[in-house]
Amino acid sequence: MCLAIPALVKSINGRQAEVDVGGVRRGVSIWLTPEVKVGDYVLLHTGYAINIVDEAEAKETLRLLREMVSQTE
Amino acid sequence: MRFATEYRDAGLGKRLIERIHRRSTRPVRLMEFCGGHTATIVRYGLRQLVPPTIEMLSGPGCPVCVTASADLDKAIYLAQLPDVIITTFGDMLKVPGSYSSLQQAKAEGGDIRIVYSTQDALDIARNNPAKSVIFLGIGFETTAPTVAASVLEAVQEGIGNYYVLSLHKLCPPVIKALLDSGEVRLDGIICPGHVSAVIGSLPYHFIPADYGIACAISGFEPLDVLLGIDMLVTQIEKKQPEVVIAYRRGVNVEGNRRALEVMEQVFEPCAANWRGMGIIPESGLKLRQEYGGFAAERAFQIEIEPPREPEGCLCGDILRGVKTPLDCRLFRRECRPEHPVGPCMVSSEGSCSIYYLYGGSYGG
Repeated sequence: MCLAIPALVKSINGRQAEVDVGGVRRGVSIWLTPEVKVGDYVLLHTGYAINIVDEAEAKETLRLLREMVSQTE
Repeated sequence: MRFATEYRDAGLGKRLIERIHRRSTRPVRLMEFCGGHTATIVRYGLRQLVPPTIEMLSGPGCPVCVTASADLDKAIYLAQLPDVIITTFGDMLKVPGSYSSLQQAKAEGGDIRIVYSTQDALDIARNNPAKSVIFLGIGFETTAPTVAASVLEAVQEGIGNYYVLSLHKLCPPVIKALLDSGEVRLDGIICPGHVSAVIGSLPYHFIPADYGIACAISGFEPLDVLLGIDMLVTQIEKKQPEVVIAYRRGVNVEGNRRALEVMEQVFEPCAANWRGMGIIPESGLKLRQEYGGFAAERAFQIEIEPPREPEGCLCGDILRGVKTPLDCRLFRRECRPEHPVGPCMVSSEGSCSIYYLYGGSYGG
């Protein structure tokens, strides 16, 4: 039930946004993320954007993972 | 899918597992709180891939599973009332209550509709002004703000026939209750990812501070979970338990303040009845007085028989992490997805359903 998937915001109209989820377009509520902008990724949960994906942190996590596995201890 | 598939890289995963093998020297017992994490762990065979020093237990993080039979019976009772439309997420339908299920109530003529979102439930209310539309508010802090938002939207639009049966539950209080019970000894907890997208990391700080238990908030892709395990092993090996975020693209320290505000505007904490754990104070959410007109329990007189639990079902023990589906004599016999005895066989986040689907010859 706590499933949430990343979705790309394509357009915004008031408290509604249209997002792209793996190629499928659908309307979502941005009541909980009013600061969202077109081009942001959001975590989509039961028709609501519950948070905005932090792209810089996403990249940093991947960098950290690569660094961690390249260390020899 | 961006921000998901990158975290399924098998090569990186293999090397991360090798790193965990190198670094884990002493036996540890970790609990993944979320059913979503259990699904990733069992589906990708992570339990078999981590070193034998690491024991993984599944926790109570499945909202459908922890809904008490008595609460489910209330929903089934409401479904049998005239001029009522029940709206619910799909996985509630097949969960057996004490005497019936929503599916059975639907077969007997109850108007029960599966919705994807409270937005759909509001649409049904708009389109059926002569009916009372009740949404079954099941879910943790991830979902509660969306239900709160629907109540505010109903206020704004003056929708007077929309109600919520609030069975929402809160994660930090149940973790505390689990730890206070002393029933399971834990060294680390993989904390819920999407609950934390809303509440942030601060509400978990009592866990290392008061119980000396390491915490890592994880995402749901296999690399996210492995990173969480690695971070827990690091803390435990150093004997420095703290709360770390392994899922920084979705979770920050403060959480989503707007979602928290909306949730707190509409709901207030109350005692809640958890399957397998009983009544836990301040672990649920009820509508605040000013939104009490939306409370299904207030609008309708609910009369239920004393609840009863299915005989032999271990869901309660499984939710507390003291048993696994493999310990249950009903598992894969009387209890199967097409004929579930307990809720953990119904929900996609239920351990029994996950073990049944992905457990293979290992079982789990």
